[in-house]
Amino acid sequence: MKTLPSVDVVIIGGGWSGLLMAKEIGSRTALSVVVLERGGPRKTDNYGDDMDELDYTIRLRMMQDVSQETVTLRHNASQRALPLRQHGSFLPGSGVGGAGEHWSAVCPRFLPDCFELLSRSIEKYGSQRLPEDHAIQDWGVTYDELEAHYTRADLLLGVSGQAGNIRGKQIAGGNIFEGWRSAEYPTPPTKIPYFSSMFGEAAKSLGYHPYPVPAATTSRAYTNPDGVSRPGCTYCGYCETFGCMIGAKSQPTNTLLPVIEKRRNVSIRTGAWVRRIVHDASENKKRASGVVYIDENGQEVFQPADLIFLASWTLNNTRVLLLSGIGEAYNPTTGRGTLGRNLTHQVNFPAVTAFFEKPLNRFMGSGASGIMFSDLDGDLFDHSKLPFLRGGTVGARSARSLPISECGVVPKSVKATWGSEWKKAALHYYDRTGRIGFSGEHLAYKDNYMDLDPVYKNHFGDPLLRLTLDWRENERKMADYVIAKGIELAREMGAKEVSPFSGLGSYDATRYQSSHVQGGVIMGSSPERSVVNPYLQHWQVSNLFVLGASSFPQNASANPTPTILALTYRTADAVVDRYLKNPAALA
Amino acid sequence: MKVKPRSPIAGRVDSKSQSFPQNTPRLLCYRVMRRREFLTLSAASIGGVLVYSLNREVFRLSAQTSKSVRIALRFFTQSEALVVAAAASRIFPSDEMGPGAREAGVAVYIDRQLAGPWGRDRHRYTQGPFEENASAEFGYQAKATPQQIYRQGLKDLKGFDRLSSAEQDGKLKEIETTLFFSLLRQNTIEGMFCDPIHGGNIDMVGWQLIGFPGPRMNNYDDVDKHFGEAFRPKPASLGQVTRSRVRPSEDLE
Repeated sequence: MKTLPSVDVVIIGGGWSGLLMAKEIGSRTALSVVVLERGGPRKTDNYGDDMDELDYTIRLRMMQDVSQETVTLRHNASQRALPLRQHGSFLPGSGVGGAGEHWSAVCPRFLPDCFELLSRSIEKYGSQRLPEDHAIQDWGVTYDELEAHYTRADLLLGVSGQAGNIRGKQIAGGNIFEGWRSAEYPTPPTKIPYFSSMFGEAAKSLGYHPYPVPAATTSRAYTNPDGVSRPGCTYCGYCETFGCMIGAKSQPTNTLLPVIEKRRNVSIRTGAWVRRIVHDASENKKRASGVVYIDENGQEVFQPADLIFLASWTLNNTRVLLLSGIGEAYNPTTGRGTLGRNLTHQVNFPAVTAFFEKPLNRFMGSGASGIMFSDLDGDLFDHSKLPFLRGGTVGARSARSLPISECGVVPKSVKATWGSEWKKAALHYYDRTGRIGFSGEHLAYKDNYMDLDPVYKNHFGDPLLRLTLDWRENERKMADYVIAKGIELAREMGAKEVSPFSGLGSYDATRYQSSHVQGGVIMGSSPERSVVNPYLQHWQVSNLFVLGASSFPQNASANPTPTILALTYRTADAVVDRYLKNPAALA
Repeated sequence: MKVKPRSPIAGRVDSKSQSFPQNTPRLLCYRVMRRREFLTLSAASIGGVLVYSLNREVFRLSAQTSKSVRIALRFFTQSEALVVAAAASRIFPSDEMGPGAREAGVAVYIDRQLAGPWGRDRHRYTQGPFEENASAEFGYQAKATPQQIYRQGLKDLKGFDRLSSAEQDGKLKEIETTLFFSLLRQNTIEGMFCDPIHGGNIDMVGWQLIGFPGPRMNNYDDVDKHFGEAFRPKPASLGQVTRSRVRPSEDLE
């Protein structure tokens, strides 16, 4: 093994959180920073010719190569876990920018009570009302503490939208249920395509409070506080699973990389596959000394560093710590250990697929242009007579109408699945079909967790991560409730036929839901119940910070990126302002 | 990904190509093509105007001409290709609603996909042990690659292309629930609506059928207009929009 000269800071993973940390430390200090990214290099102008549905949406060219490494899944501990042999229910990215390159750029914030879910729920309903096997807990940070960092994230990305609550003052047309904002969105809402616009009208007439989806596909040209400029969105519709061809969709490569590239103290090494973080447990200080990775030539390398950030996406963060033997692996039987607990996956499904008489021109839009409402989110509606807690947002976005994916979706009245009769229906309904989507909270449960698989290995012979994950009654009943609301909405929109979602059943690894897989390295205010402290610093290894949605104790209904960025900013402040002056535990 | 100018691994002129317009490219042979198998189609054999592509270049052949087109196959034998072409055109038929799998070149598309990384399971996790009887929620768990599934499935369809339409439909009904058929159906839809760089959707016939304009880069002025009425800009392919030669994944790996 080759040992390289020591650097001040190593960041594992070149996605949103890793590159934001690289930008912050690289610009605010003179420390030497090395980002290790296991995928390939990318530049902002890489996306001029990627608008090919087959290679990017069907063959998933931008995603992690699962032939090298995947995860295994079982629904409960009595089953033998099986490897997910192809991509399905979530899409981990690869290469510089990570999953932040192929996202759809929907940018809402979490509701304030999400951060204090356990205490607020007990306060309101008593602990009797919580599912017996729940593992929910408070984050150790509040919305009020995070608001300024959310605002920085909005400014970084230039998020488009309309505020519904500026410092407590409700504003009609925005999300009146949102947590207070210190400022209006940096850019006005995106244009709203026909299907979304119909949804907004229907939602309003049924008494809901619809608002434009907050979008990092900005509505007009924007220059952020770092001086990075991006053009406005042209609504080509190639957002999710693609990189933005013009850079209107904020991505790490067009938002963070332009700043990082000017910093001579920051370098990005691609093809650098981190296998473990080296730490000496016998030492009283319990410090990590560096990382071992396989470089692009296949050589094993030890990179010593004083300060380490693990920012390699939810699942891999957990796996790297398990392989490194840092922290105690969670055991659901004894309840001991914290690493790997609280695995969640956002409850995401199309409540209804609706078929209309008029064409919708759905090729126009963006991954985030649309209308949604929060009346059925969190604890914003009366749950006293409902068989579940919490909720989610309902919305109609206008992307994902590409023809390989969508042509052939026909109402249930059409029985044929091939041949002339089916073809006729497929051609007719291709541009007359829209989906009302639901994005809901997923509570954490004691038996949904991650550990190392005893059988399956990656291409280096290291064990795969094993997910033990299934839905519970709370999610299934929430889904049934929302499906009924979706049918009402579709009828109000004038749909001729409606195909409701079939319900949650058991966790289906083949249906793409969202890439919002969370937990495993959760944050909290006590080392007995969390892996990292409220500054994302490892409780036992003080020179190791773990960034990303692996820190979320349970899954909120909103898309995670703004919250990931806000927490990363907060950690960057704590590191630059406090830790570097006195390298010790911050909490 | 920046595109390098395309350089054929080996090239030769097919004798038939001399009857094509001067700018028709050479018929390329690929290293992956071990057999010298060709799919021979004539305009007369399918009736009407044949619109076909040789290595992603579009050209037209009048139905009046008796010339036939030979397309180099990368995976299928000629008889397999004829069966796949026939089966795909029962799944997505050419009928009074418009052209179907035959005009779109679906068989050529599938041939290239099978010879490429997808057909070889280049990006699938293929370490054992395999649990062939896993429940559907865990996704496809078996060992067979798409190449193997097709080769096996086609054994049961020998002579399929010489059956009547009704007999063909009957035969497909028998295998409707097989993995092979579900792949064939999915690949047929892909071949109908993919960008023409992949060998299917020739002349964008699939996109024209459904009114999809392709990768139209700027909808800014239209996205919030045309409510309730069909807005159907003329389709343009990725190559036309970007004015560059984009290399599809099946040619890269």
